[in-house]
Amino acid sequence: MSSILKGIAASSGIAIAKAYRLVEPDLSFEETKVENSGMEVERFQEALSVSRSELEAIRDRAKVDLGEDKAAIFEAHLLVLSDPELTGPIEDKIKLESVNAEAALKETADMFITMFEQMDNEYMKERAADIRDVTKRVLSHLLGVKIINPSMISEEVIIIAEDLTPSDTAQLNRQYVKGFTTNIGGRTSHSAIMARSMEIPAVVGTKEATVEIENGDLVIVDGLNGEVHVNPTEEVIEQYKKEQAGFAEQKAEWAKLVNEETVTSDGQHVELAANIGTPADLEGVRNNGAEGIGLYRTEFLYMGRNELPTEDEQFESYKAVLEGMEGKPVVVRTLDIGGDKELPYLNLPHEMNPFLGFRAIRLCLEETDLFKVQLRALLRASVYGNLKIMFPMISTLTEFRNAKALLLEVKEELVQEGVSVSDDIEIGIMVEIPSTAVMADQFAKEVDFFSIGTNDLIQYTMAADRMNERVSYLYQPYNPAILRLVKMVIDASHKEGKWTGMCGEMAGDEIAIPLLLGLGLDEFSMSATSVLPARSQLAKLSKTEMESLAQEALGLSTNEEVISIVKNAINL
Amino acid sequence: MAQKQFTVKAETGIHARPATILVQTASKFDSDVQLEYKGKKVNLKSIMGVMSLGVGKDAEIVIHADGSDEQEAINSLEETLKNEGLA
Repeated sequence: MSSILKGIAASSGIAIAKAYRLVEPDLSFEETKVENSGMEVERFQEALSVSRSELEAIRDRAKVDLGEDKAAIFEAHLLVLSDPELTGPIEDKIKLESVNAEAALKETADMFITMFEQMDNEYMKERAADIRDVTKRVLSHLLGVKIINPSMISEEVIIIAEDLTPSDTAQLNRQYVKGFTTNIGGRTSHSAIMARSMEIPAVVGTKEATVEIENGDLVIVDGLNGEVHVNPTEEVIEQYKKEQAGFAEQKAEWAKLVNEETVTSDGQHVELAANIGTPADLEGVRNNGAEGIGLYRTEFLYMGRNELPTEDEQFESYKAVLEGMEGKPVVVRTLDIGGDKELPYLNLPHEMNPFLGFRAIRLCLEETDLFKVQLRALLRASVYGNLKIMFPMISTLTEFRNAKALLLEVKEELVQEGVSVSDDIEIGIMVEIPSTAVMADQFAKEVDFFSIGTNDLIQYTMAADRMNERVSYLYQPYNPAILRLVKMVIDASHKEGKWTGMCGEMAGDEIAIPLLLGLGLDEFSMSATSVLPARSQLAKLSKTEMESLAQEALGLSTNEEVISIVKNAINL
Repeated sequence: MAQKQFTVKAETGIHARPATILVQTASKFDSDVQLEYKGKKVNLKSIMGVMSLGVGKDAEIVIHADGSDEQEAINSLEETLKNEGLA
């Protein structure tokens, strides 16, 4: 039976391979009394011995495929497996209490896991995960349940999972993983970002990939259209093989543009920049020939930890990015937390409407101690490159003035301390709230630049929560209402001799690019992997022609009408 | 019964890879081998035991071996400690 799942195209390209389900097996069991505890101990030892040979095979494979480093984890698992302090008490428990091996194993292992987790040392805490992994493996053999061994994959596969975490992917052999699809996630979830950095096709948010797809099913991941085909017909496979070849050819064409400038067919230059989250993303930025960083999301520094990052930690990250970009512009967005991005350790109260609540600059202007640490780190790093600072979620000029005043205050403090700070740091704002777009002419007199954050600008303009699927039809990037706001912002900046960039998903979108070029956008910032396709597209567009097209679009009534005239104009 | 005292020189103490190698070495011998630190003794053939001690830099440790190959065990462990830059 062939079927098609719809999801979100998270990473472009087409992959065709057998499905490999990365799904946790059910390891639940009942605690029971056994009559012959001697036989139960034997059953336990048998499970240990099977687990041991399995782990040895995995370790040997990992050494070859992933390197000694990654294989070390399995060496540690083997030691835990043969640890007399673990196996001894389990055997004693089976004998003395006549319980089944599963219960004895689980209880004893849990005791050790708790002990290691409570230790005041990160390394020790991680060891708890080793014990947990080993316990799972032995349990699976006791229960006769097949456990997943992703590092043993030895043929090309497409990974099917509920979601993919960083630790899941560390074990995947990139040589064999041709694509993946998950039940949950969106374009900005970890799994999506990872797929783009691995440059493999992915479709996320399919809701039921793990329900619909069995191990060994033939799967096509269409990362261009957000579709997953399960056991497709020969005809569909043939058609996709052609598309796959075409895409590979196109990628090769794009790759030639890495060191080229971004110039339109009528000789106009625009800047193509990349969005990043951590210094590690710089590699992708370089490989894809971005001309700058249009959005450095600093919240990743604050997430996935238990306390605020120190000034020095932040300084090191900012410095690494600035130095890595060798003088090219780097726009750093100050902390944008709140809304859907929570920091548990700040203990912020739960809100009814987090997207309309206490977030981003609103929080930073209230919690100035926290904000000043970031501003100090940024200013200290400013001498290492071409830094531009931008404040998120600005809705009034007063907020901008207060934020800027704080920045100048911190700068003065640093100068007093004898720390050198760059004198030409541009200070700008994100335009993502309609009030700011409408007042852009006033803002333009005081800010150095605008960067339009389209994801939020669209949701606030249309009053449609972008996390709510039932109103997702209102997420209309090409609606003339949005285009008119974008135009107001760009025109206002140019009137004051300033520039406007865009750092939302829209900036890398092939329907939006012609319109944005026509509206006069100066800088387009997007996922690194979108840079080369955008450069290739822009080279074929004439700015003068796109100006007329944009003008026409502004006078239309609906999103659909705009899409249709753009498609007509650029032969999509 | 054989025993020998060492001072841990490694910056990170007995962690990770060095702990693994010590346990692997101890496990080769028939004798009971124990690691003593701050008055607490653990089985040196147990990775979890060794790590639970949290042996840091400058720690004074004593290795005890009891059995038919106790002296070889001590010698071999001493060599491992030196090779791994632990003591």
